[in-house]
Amino acid sequence: MLGENANIIAQLKKEILPLQGFKSIKGKENYDLGLGPIRFAFPNSCFPLGAMHEFCCDEKENTAATSGFISGILSRLMKDGATCIWVRTAKTIFPPALKTFGIDPEKIIFVDLKSDKEVLWVMEEALKFDGLAAVIAELRELDFTASRRLQLAVEHSRVTGFIIRIKPKKLNTTACVSRWRISSIRSGSPNDLPGIGFPRWNVELLKVRNGIPGSWQVEWINGKLKPIQKSIAVIPEEQKKTG
Amino acid sequence: MAKRYVSLWFRHLKTDWLTLRQPQLSNKALVLSTPSHGKMLITATNFLAEKEGIHSGIAVADARAIFPSIEVMDDNPSLPEKLLGKLAEWCIRFSPFVAIDPSADGLIIDASGCSHLWGGDEPYINEIIKRLKDRGYEVRGAMADTIGLACALARFGKEKLIIEPGQNLEAILPLPTASLRVDPEIIVRLHKLGLWQTRDFIKMPRSALRRRFGKDILEKLDEALGFKEEIIKPIQPIQPYQERLPCLEPIVTATGIEIALTRLLESLCTRLQKEGKGIRKASFKSYRVDGKIEEIKIETNRASWHVNHLFKLFEINLSTIEPDLGIELFILEAPIVEDVSSIQETMWNRSSGLENIGLAELLDRLYGKIGSKNIYRYHPDEHYWPERSIKKVFSLAEEPASPWKIDRPRPIQLLSNPEPVEVTAPIPDYPPMLFRYKGKLHKVMKADGPERIEQEWWLSKGEHRDYYSVEDEEGNRYWLFRSGHYSGNKSYQWFLHGFFA
Repeated sequence: MLGENANIIAQLKKEILPLQGFKSIKGKENYDLGLGPIRFAFPNSCFPLGAMHEFCCDEKENTAATSGFISGILSRLMKDGATCIWVRTAKTIFPPALKTFGIDPEKIIFVDLKSDKEVLWVMEEALKFDGLAAVIAELRELDFTASRRLQLAVEHSRVTGFIIRIKPKKLNTTACVSRWRISSIRSGSPNDLPGIGFPRWNVELLKVRNGIPGSWQVEWINGKLKPIQKSIAVIPEEQKKTG
Repeated sequence: MAKRYVSLWFRHLKTDWLTLRQPQLSNKALVLSTPSHGKMLITATNFLAEKEGIHSGIAVADARAIFPSIEVMDDNPSLPEKLLGKLAEWCIRFSPFVAIDPSADGLIIDASGCSHLWGGDEPYINEIIKRLKDRGYEVRGAMADTIGLACALARFGKEKLIIEPGQNLEAILPLPTASLRVDPEIIVRLHKLGLWQTRDFIKMPRSALRRRFGKDILEKLDEALGFKEEIIKPIQPIQPYQERLPCLEPIVTATGIEIALTRLLESLCTRLQKEGKGIRKASFKSYRVDGKIEEIKIETNRASWHVNHLFKLFEINLSTIEPDLGIELFILEAPIVEDVSSIQETMWNRSSGLENIGLAELLDRLYGKIGSKNIYRYHPDEHYWPERSIKKVFSLAEEPASPWKIDRPRPIQLLSNPEPVEVTAPIPDYPPMLFRYKGKLHKVMKADGPERIEQEWWLSKGEHRDYYSVEDEEGNRYWLFRSGHYSGNKSYQWFLHGFFA
């Protein structure tokens, strides 16, 4: 009897998901974005495409880590030659570095704007069009109404939207399905070689609708996120001499 | 279609204009004068001066003797051309083809197929004359099958100023010889021989006419009778892809303008679609009742004949049209059109890449709002200097000329201006141990480098840069460089240039 109830509840939960903006895209139901362990935090163990994701950055260093993390996801989304639009108010992204994350930088259309208001307008217009892999926007403040407009737009077009909030004043409630904070952590030394290793990040999933928030320490290797093996992460203090 | 021409003659163009500018002149006898051979000659008169028997060509002194209280003003010889140009543009509301009359102070309107919109030839010409009179110009107008005849009638016609098609000969017979627009010397010679009207010599043998008066007179006769076509230059070239929408009542509402635009787009796009072409550039002009022209322009990335898409592009700026008292004519022009292949279109529409039609349409919409300079892609440029290693590309079709270089580490965030940092480095050419950026001390735990990038001397002068990628104790990764060599007497400076992911 209990098992039967659990089945019914699971079935109902599955039916509720699409109503909450978690519609799976045809042909992409079990799409692996190379997220490694993080994917299990999401409902159905699948990174929600066709939804809005919010990333919070307090420092420039965080912005760099966030751009890297998003680029990693983008590389999978743009695999079939699809294009994406990057809307921003500051020209800081350096395209050659995107190539190292597996993206063809020439496939990204950059839009330079002056104010958050314009960014939101362009992002909404872009999200309404279904021929894009993703739309990324860098802005400071995002109120609930604006985020709901964006979320409604993506539910219609099934495009994935990423919002990078740079130094937000207040982390208010938004209609985005998830909120992340990515920060860099010290890289490892593969095979005990000197110098900087593969990029490592501390990925915090602060909020996720119907999922399990959490925090992971991951490393970007060969186009995939891998959980860090603790043995590599700890480096004896005396080896870190630089002089 | 049979050709129909309207000729307008502004009898007192310059004085009418001056009276409009200075209303106090309206009840004075006004003449314009210009110096010639040491005396002031009258070049233009107004109606009142003419009534006193003053006409152009006589000296101002003589005119003063006839009528002492005339007002004399300086003539501006370039004025008529400017005025006629303006009036011709205004007249485009009656026909797309309006030209300035080569013989002075007149306009020629090609009214072929236009007059029925005003309910016939007579209401058409009356409307033109009435509207011009309302503006303050004294004007005579005539309509005929040929330019020559219309011009002659406008200046010399007595009763019948609208000549039915095919009645050129009857109309030309009573006209004076001076109406033929030939050299004044020939007119004088004709007059000497007692040939005052066209009917006096029109039946003479052509060879005799040519021998005595030159071939010019025969040409003008042929032109007036329609045996030979006269060529005139329109004030605005006729666009091959143009649609017009005259309105019975002036349009003042936004909805009205939208309806007009949709109708024009529909008819233009249907035509373009039939010919397999699409719009690259288009302009939507609104002719206001008060003579002003409001214009909005659009550009597209890819030739398009999609009414909805083009409408959306116009819609962004549609609110800038001020109808004021009303708009009486809308014109939609497509100065630049290109071939569209419909087979390719369906193929492209399915892909999600850069060649997607929808993407081009999306960017068109963005261009209208934020300008095309702010939307671009990056392509690699063949330079090692980081700032120069990328270039902006504005076209969607362009392919990168060289591959991206990924052999050296590059930061994902690059500062457009490197920011100075204070650095402690153990020995030259070693990466730093500590650096201070914006007041915060960073202890370097790991480092790579140096990577030396030289200035390109043919592009700019300055020191080379030695780049180091470093990681601090928190795990943040930076791209630092030292500008120039260490040396005793020269100062060197460290900069932070970027952030690695």
